Formats: sequence, structure tokens, C-alpha cells
Amino acid sequence: MNNFTYQRAATVADATAAVYADARAQFVAGGTNIIDLWKYNLTHPARLVDLNSIPTHRGLDATDYGGVLIGAFMTNAETAYHPLIEQRYPLLSRAILAGASAQIRNMATNGGNLLQRTRCYYFYDPCAPCNKRVPGSGCAAIKGRNRMHAILGASAECIAVFPSDMCVALAALDATVHVSGPSGPRSIAFQDFHRLPGKTPEQDNTLQRGEVITSLELPAEGFSQHYSYLKVRDRNSYAFALVSVATGLTLDNGTIKEARIALGGVAHKPWRVTEAEAFLHGKPANEQAFAGAADILLRGAKGYKYNAFKITLAKRAIIRNGMMALNPDSQRPGAQPSA
Amino acid sequence: MTATASVGQPINRLEGKLKVTGAAQYAGDYPVDGLLYGYVVNSTITRGKIINIETRAAMTLDGVVEVFTHENRPKLAWFDMQYADMDAPPGSVFKPLHDAEVLFNGQPIALVVARDFETARYAATLVKVLYQAEAFAACLDDNLEKARAPKIGMASVLKPPPPKPTGNFEEAYNNSPVKVSVEIKHGAEHHNPLELFATTTLYEGEGKLTIYDKTQGTINNQLFVANVFGLHYKNVRVLAPFVGGGFGSGLRPQYQLFLCVLAALQLKRSVRLTLDRQQMFPFCHRPQTIQRLKFSADENGRITALNHAAIGETSQYEDYTEIVSDWSHRLYPAPNTLFEYKLVPLDVHTPIDMRAPGGSTGMHAIECTLDELAYALNTDPLELRLKNYSDLDPSKGKPFTSKELKQCYLKAAEQFGWEKRNPIPGSMTRGNKLIGYGMATGIWDAYQFPARVEAILTAEGKLILNNAVTDIGTGTMTVMTQIAADALGVSLADVTFQYGDSKHPFSMFQGGSAATASTGVGIVMAAKALRKKILEKAKRIPGSPLKGIAGDDLVFGDGKIASRHDPSKYVSLGDVVAANNGRPIKTTNMGKPHLVKLRKYSKAAHSAAFVEVEIDKDLKTINVTRAVTAVAAGTIVNPKTARSQILGSMVWSISKALREESMLDENLGKYINPNLAEYHIPVHADIHALDVIFADEKDELINELGIKGVGEIGLVAMPAAISNAVFHATGKRLYKLPMHFNELLENETVSDNP
Ligand SMILES: Cc1cc2nc3c(=O)[nH]c(=O)nc-3n(C[C@H](O)[C@H](O)[C@H](O)COP(=O)(O)OP(=O)(O)OC[C@H]3O[C@@H](n4cnc5c(N)ncnc54)[C@H](O)[C@@H]3O)c2cc1C
Repeated sequence: MNNFTYQRAATVADATAAVYADARAQFVAGGTNIIDLWKYNLTHPARLVDLNSIPTHRGLDATDYGGVLIGAFMTNAETAYHPLIEQRYPLLSRAILAGASAQIRNMATNGGNLLQRTRCYYFYDPCAPCNKRVPGSGCAAIKGRNRMHAILGASAECIAVFPSDMCVALAALDATVHVSGPSGPRSIAFQDFHRLPGKTPEQDNTLQRGEVITSLELPAEGFSQHYSYLKVRDRNSYAFALVSVATGLTLDNGTIKEARIALGGVAHKPWRVTEAEAFLHGKPANEQAFAGAADILLRGAKGYKYNAFKITLAKRAIIRNGMMALNPDSQRPGAQPSA
Repeated sequence: MTATASVGQPINRLEGKLKVTGAAQYAGDYPVDGLLYGYVVNSTITRGKIINIETRAAMTLDGVVEVFTHENRPKLAWFDMQYADMDAPPGSVFKPLHDAEVLFNGQPIALVVARDFETARYAATLVKVLYQAEAFAACLDDNLEKARAPKIGMASVLKPPPPKPTGNFEEAYNNSPVKVSVEIKHGAEHHNPLELFATTTLYEGEGKLTIYDKTQGTINNQLFVANVFGLHYKNVRVLAPFVGGGFGSGLRPQYQLFLCVLAALQLKRSVRLTLDRQQMFPFCHRPQTIQRLKFSADENGRITALNHAAIGETSQYEDYTEIVSDWSHRLYPAPNTLFEYKLVPLDVHTPIDMRAPGGSTGMHAIECTLDELAYALNTDPLELRLKNYSDLDPSKGKPFTSKELKQCYLKAAEQFGWEKRNPIPGSMTRGNKLIGYGMATGIWDAYQFPARVEAILTAEGKLILNNAVTDIGTGTMTVMTQIAADALGVSLADVTFQYGDSKHPFSMFQGGSAATASTGVGIVMAAKALRKKILEKAKRIPGSPLKGIAGDDLVFGDGKIASRHDPSKYVSLGDVVAANNGRPIKTTNMGKPHLVKLRKYSKAAHSAAFVEVEIDKDLKTINVTRAVTAVAAGTIVNPKTARSQILGSMVWSISKALREESMLDENLGKYINPNLAEYHIPVHADIHALDVIFADEKDELINELGIKGVGEIGLVAMPAAISNAVFHATGKRLYKLPMHFNELLENETVSDNP
């Protein structure tokens, strides 16, 4: 960990200008990811611009369109336990609470959550080849220990997955990311925020240098009647998803009116396929219908030595989560034994 | 007032408050004026040579004092002998900064010393190393053809090679009507005690050091430092009053001790060196092991033949061994046996004992194989074990000093509700969950090492007992105080046990579940001797009111010695000291195992574990929902700390069976998950109903206290019980630990490995 200059930003414009002006400057919010990366000798900011001193964008507001605007500097915990989120967007609340630990969620911010880096073991090892960390150095994961890695949308350069839980729900809910940069504010549809690795896996997303995430907007439909978040992982808490599924449904007499399904732990970004959702439209909400949607979602899936199981697992998780969404009370948080 | 016996009482840890309030100081915590801080540079290749090591950039950084490498280190002891600690296996000990050779990934190759930790850590990133890398072998599975017999050495006394074959295994196995054959693989595991490895070395003038070290053996490390650096052992004092877990990783001096002392002596300054979590992965581990077992039985379920072959890994320079393959015959009689144990040297650092070394590995395989045998025989697994129950140790033909294993089986089975088990795999369900019941047996040696204890009545009239043993978090200090109180006949508050300091009389390193018996017996000896001395002195005081009163009518307590019948007749401890011209009364005595008497016996602690798992029918995720472990380990000195030991082992069993995995990347030759985010140990949500039962086991032969130790026995049976429960739930046996739930998913996966 190198020496650095620390600076508190007073406003979003302040923060933006500071980072834009210095190629080695970075923002810090909760610090739960960037400080780790720094200590592991993977990132070396010369200037740290603290967003915690900015008084704005820390709350939740209703929008004119019946939706909600969530401040980027709010913590994950504040968001998950906010009554408006619990009541109208319980899928988001569940997804956040499935991630990390209570301590980390108390520090982690919504903006930082979108920008957390992959948990690929080789990305985390400064001595291992990794195209995401050092472009052109190779990928140790493709022929290495790839249990946690991608089955969808990967490239020959990178098979890392994006690890967030919160973002899987945000993808399913069709969120919009509001950002503010040197050339003013702009909005990014959630599906366009994160990117696939392709030949430039060093770029996780489409944010430009100096841009600050200011808020996340959710549309009016929150799927609060029929929703479920299922996270399958190697221990019952405090582990990243091997496969996770966020499902939101609206039903009309047992027939699916609208469906949203997003997958986590399987790709470089939350995985959504609108065709799979269209397939469910008008179908009876049953295992067979969810299995059909799963096949579409997993089209082109490719496994590696240690993660081929994810294809079967994802299919089963999609079906199970669809069924749990019909009756959200059937969800048992964590992995409690049956009653 | 007569003190009531404190052995057998569930006493809270005497140091508990210090620990939970943060007042307890660990090796890296001691505040010292003018302290320098070290940070280690580790090799980034697995095998090869250092061609060049460039330290100039680090040296010129403000605050850096020195960078030590193999090129500028002082001349040191050369012979392996001088580096060999009490726990060194046969071979040549690894010597940090010795030369340009890189022998394993993460080998310490330089030490940066700076005025603060942050500067040292940053400077370490500026040290640039040019290597000539060579081919390496790090994966056991790929190198089995290199398996060979282990070298014999000092360590073989405690870890003898497997016994000679008996009968004719091949013939008996082939002719038996029922037989099973199994291959089981265990990956490496890392101890990961919560406390990071650290050393604070206080430079006290020419050749004199006081060292706070994270260790399980203060005297072991004192002698190591004295030998390697050519110091008089009396000038080296090693202290470890609080140790935040060891699990075996502190049985040998670790490299931070060596480097910290080297820097302190060279710079003539006090130095602290703390390793970070990643740096604790290369330095020792439980070895990868592959086992093949073949068991057979007659139609009545009597075992006819046992074959157990194990291959473990070791480093290229030391032959670390475990007892893996001969446990089955210490439980189950069989006329034909064949046990084998081999090593494959790999380019890794030498493994080290990790909680229940060998036993938890071997018994997992044995008890899974026995479960298969039960299915092959169409017999209940518990029934099979009872059918082959032996009061003698079949491998030696000798009786046990005590063996209440049957009691463990029956009590635990009843509490668990084993009779509700439907033996057909997959037949028990609850909603969308498959239910599995599994059971297994545990056995662990009952060791006792010699220990010397000093007992003192101080000039201030206080009773103190001293021994160099550590308390690695198990409750040693509390338990020793209990034993001392009873041996002196006083209450807990009247006696102090001082420990964790090499200046105290001898204790071995704290391992093998031996500390309570070893130091405990030493305490009994010293306390009895001191009591006798005090009584004699008390009676000899001119006009002593105790004159003529028989020894057994005298009671200690409240700072005096009094007649039980007539408490008005007493002498205060202060009077005794005064009669000794104000000088303390001291005695040092040795507790040692009764080797001759015990030659006629076998000695072991036993256990039985019963486990329930729930497995999701579709997703196959595995949850251990209930477990009962019954333990027969002789006298339970403190039911509370002992229960904690067993509970901890039960949590660890869940970890071993389902969580913990040091992921070896065979292309890089290193573990690639060296942090607690990715090295999974159980979290609260993984732990459900756990119950501990202690069998009544009175052992009048094993030692003065009837103690066998409880540090490891809890980790021997339960991993296999979990494996067996998974089989019962699904009909599928997973032959690799940790078990990955996804291997239970049916074979619908498309594998495309480029
Ligand atoms: C042990 C562990 C386990 C975890 N498990 C999970 C899990 O299971 N599921 C899960 O989803 N997450 C998990 N997390 C990740 C956690 O959710 C993220 O670390 C957290 O959300 C990051 O938020 P932060 O505010 O702390 O970001 P920081 O660490 O402060 O910043 C992260 C990055 O975002 C940038 N940044 C932060 N805020 C903004 C902004 N508003 N605009 C522009 N740039 C910004 C920073 O410059 C930095 O590059 C885990 C983390 C740890 C350490």
C-alpha cells in the first residue's frame, strides 16, 4: 500500500473534478472493496477522493413516475431495511441481504456495490496472469481453478464473473443508473452499465473517468406480490454466489403477465435474456414454464473443468426460484433446517 | 474451611474477561518504545533460483532501516541439527534466507525493516527479484509414482510406521463373501488460527533477548533461537501468555520468529514482525492424502480382512509423517491385516500437524469404508460396529486402560434417535429435502509427556505453580489452576498458575491433546511435595498448635493450615514463611508417564458421532442440521472448557467435510484462495443443533488424574458421519473432501474444457 493524498469532496462536482484531473485518483465510498484491493497490492491510487463528505444523494425519494430514486451514497443496509424498499421492492431488499455480512453491508454503499471488482482468485493474486488486472498478461482461470467462474458471455481473454447480489435484483427490476461527470449528468440503463469481457476485460462497465454514480432509479413496478431471490453458494452465508436468481412476476389468475429473471454468478454482468421473459408471457406459472425459460436463458452456456455443474444448477435454481416467487412466504432466508 | 473439589466443576475461564475486553495482549500487541517493524517478501515462483534481488529502491525510501536477503544476512548456524526443533521430522530443516534457492511458492526471501509497519509493507513491494524458474511438482495426484517409504528419525518415536502385516490379507479378502474397496482423497487444509503469526523481539543488550511469540511451545522456540543464533539459552526468554489458536501451526518455530530475531540481533534494536493472512498459507498445512482401503467380512458381519494404504505429501527436504493407515485395527479385530504408508515429496513447504493429524484423515476413510461394508452386509452401521467391538486393542492384543466406547455409541444413538433411521438411501424426506442419518467412530491416542512444575509458597504467603506450557485458547490455565487447587487442598482463589514463559520449568509444546495430562500430573507431584514441606515446617514451629495432629486431619485454605476437628488450632502461611526466615518455600517436581506399568496396556480416547443432514432434492445443497458426539476421555477436569473443545471440533468437522479447501493451482504451484473470504470455514448459518455427551469413564491406570485429553477426539468421528449421512440421504458417496454439493447433481452437465 503506497503513500497517497487524501481529500474530502464537498459536492459531486468537486469529486468529479478531482478525479478527472488526476489519472491516479480514485473515489472511496464504503471502502469495503477498494481498501482490500489496495492492501493486496492490486491498485495504487495516489489520491483518494472521499465521497462520504458529500451531503446529497444519501436518501430515498419517490419519482414522478411512481418509482423511486435511491441515493448512491446510502449504505446497502440503509437501503435494504428502508420501509419503502421492503414494501415495494422486496426483491431488492432480499438480494442485498443475501450479500456479504451485516458489518460489510453497514459500510458498503449502493454506488460502490455496482463497481465492486470480480472475486476471481487470479485477479486477486498480483503474481498470477490476469487480463483484467494486467491487459495482455493472459488468463490463469481458464485452465485453472474455475469453480466460481462464468458459464455465459465469457471470452478467451476472461471468464471472471461480476459478484454482486444487489445488482442481480437491480437488473431484474430494470433500474436506471444516474451518473454525473465532467461533461454533466447522464443516465445509463442497467443492462448497459456492466459489460461483457470481450477483448477488453479490464473494463468492467461503461462509466467514464471522473464520473460519479449519484443515484439508482427504479420504475413503478416492483413485483412486490411475486418475487424471490435465491442464492446458491458454498456456505450458508458470507460467500459469493455460485449461481443466484432474481425473479419477479405479475400474475393473472395463475397465468404469467410479466416476468423478469436475472442471473448472478454466471457471467461478467447480471444475466438477463428478454426472450426468456417473453416466453413466459401468458404461460401458466409452473415448473414446466420456468424450465422452458431456463433453457433460453442458458442458451450457449459453456462450462470449464470445475464449473460445468453451474449449467444444471442454474436451470434448477431458475425453476425453484420461479416456484418460490409464486409464494414469497415459502422462502427461508439463509439455510435454516426445515421446521 | 475445606475447599470443595474443583476438578469436575464447569469453571469459567479465569482469563475470559481479559480476552473479551481486549485487555489480553498477543505476540504482536505488546507496546515497546523505539520498536522497528518488519515485513516479509515472499517468493513468487515455486521452484528455481534468485538471480538478482534489487533492494535499492526499498532502502532509499524514507523510514527504511535495512533489507535483509540471503546476500547480506549474517553468518549463522550451518548444521541442520541446530535448526531442528523438538517437532522437526527427519530430513534437513528449511533455513530462511539461507541461499538463492527457492524451494516453495511464498518462501520468505527478504525482510524489510522500517520505522513503522506501513513503510515496511510498502517498501516490500519495491524489492524487485529476478528468478530463474524451474519445473516443479505440487499436486499429489499427478505424482503418485514418486511414492516411497518415509525416512525414520526422532519423530518416528511418536509416529511409528504402520505395523507388520498379519495373516494373509490377499487370500482372506478374495475368499470373503462380502468385500468393499474404496479410494478417498483429501485436499490440503490450512490452520488459519484467528491470531496472525507474529513475534515481538525485545533487544535487551548484547546477546540477550525477550521474545513475545505466537507459539505452542515456549521452550521449543527458546532452544531454537539459542541454537541458531549461538546465544546462551538463559539469555533467551520466550513468552506466549495468550495464544489466539494454534491447531498445530505453532508446534514448530515459524519463519517470522527466525527473521525477527535475526533483525533484532543485527540492528541491536527491538523489532516486531507480523505476517498477514496470505503469508500464513505457504508456511504449513495439513497434507494432501490419498487412501485406498479394502475391507471384507463373513456372512455374519465379522470382519475378516483389513487393508489400508495411504499416500501423503511432504516437502523435498523433510519427511513429515502422520499415523493414517493403522487405526482400523485398533478398533476392529481382524485376522488378516495389511497397512501401508508412503510419502510423495513435492515442491511445497513441509506440512505440519493439524488438529487430529492423521487420525481425522485416516478415520474418515475407515469409517466411510465401514459404512459401505454395512450396506454390503445389509446391516445397520451401528450394529456392525457393535458386532466387531473389542475390549482389547486388537492390534496389540492388550487391554485398554479404559474404553467406554460402547457407552458412547449407546448414549449418543439414543439421544440422536438413531432407531428412527430407515436404512434405505433416499427413503427419508421432509418437504423438498432428503434426510440422511450417518454415524461413525472416533479414536485418538492418550499421550502424556514429561513436565516439570515448580510449586512455591512465596514470601508473601501466596501459593504459585509454574510451568512453561502455553494456553492456546483451550482453557489450559483454568484447568491447571483447578488441578492445583485440588492437589493443594485449597480453593481456586488461593492458588495461581503461571505459564506461557520459557523461564518456567520444562513443558513440551502443546499438542497431541497431551497438555492437561502432562502438566496436570506435574502439578499434582509438585503440589503434593509443597504441601508436605509446608506441613512439616508448620509442625516444627516452636509451640506449634499443630504438633501431634495427623496429616490427614489438616486442611489448607484461607491462607492457613488448620485442624479439621478443631479449627481454632491453626498456623498461618505467613507464620510458616516467617519460620523459614522469611524465605519462600519451593519445590520442583517432575510428572511423567508410567511407561513400565503402561506397557501392558493400550491407551486411547474414543468417541461416537451421529449426524443428520438435509439435502435439497433439486439443488443438492447440504446442511448439517443435527449432530451428537459422545466422548470417552477419562476424567473431564472442566466440563465447560471440555465441551467447548468438542463443540469446536464438531464445527470443524462440518468445515472439514463440507467447507474448508486449500485450492491448489497445479499450474502455478500455489494455493490460490489464501484469505478468509475464499477459504471457507463455517459461519453461524452453517451451524445448527450440536450436542456433546461425556461418557462416564474412570481410568485409574493411565495417570494420577485419569486424564486422556479432549483437544482432538471431537474431530475424528464426525467428518465420516457427515459423509455417511450424505450417502444415506442420496445413495451417492462422495470420495473427496471437502464434499462439493454439486457432485450430487445428476450428470446433465456439458463439460467443455479447452
Ligand atoms: C468479504 C466480503 C464479502 C462480500 N460478499 C459479498 C456478497 O456476497 N455479495 C455482494 O454483492 N457483495 C459482497 N461483497 C462486496 C461488497 O458488497 C462491496 O465491497 C461493496 O458493495 C462496495 O461498496 P463500497 O461503498 O464499500 O465501495 P468502495 O470500496 O468504497 O469502492 C469500490 C469502487 O467503487 C468506486 N466508487 C464507489 N462509490 C462510487 C460512486 N458513487 N461513483 C463512482 N465510483 C464509486 C471506488 O472508487 C472504487 O473503485 C463482499 C465484500 C467483502 C469484503
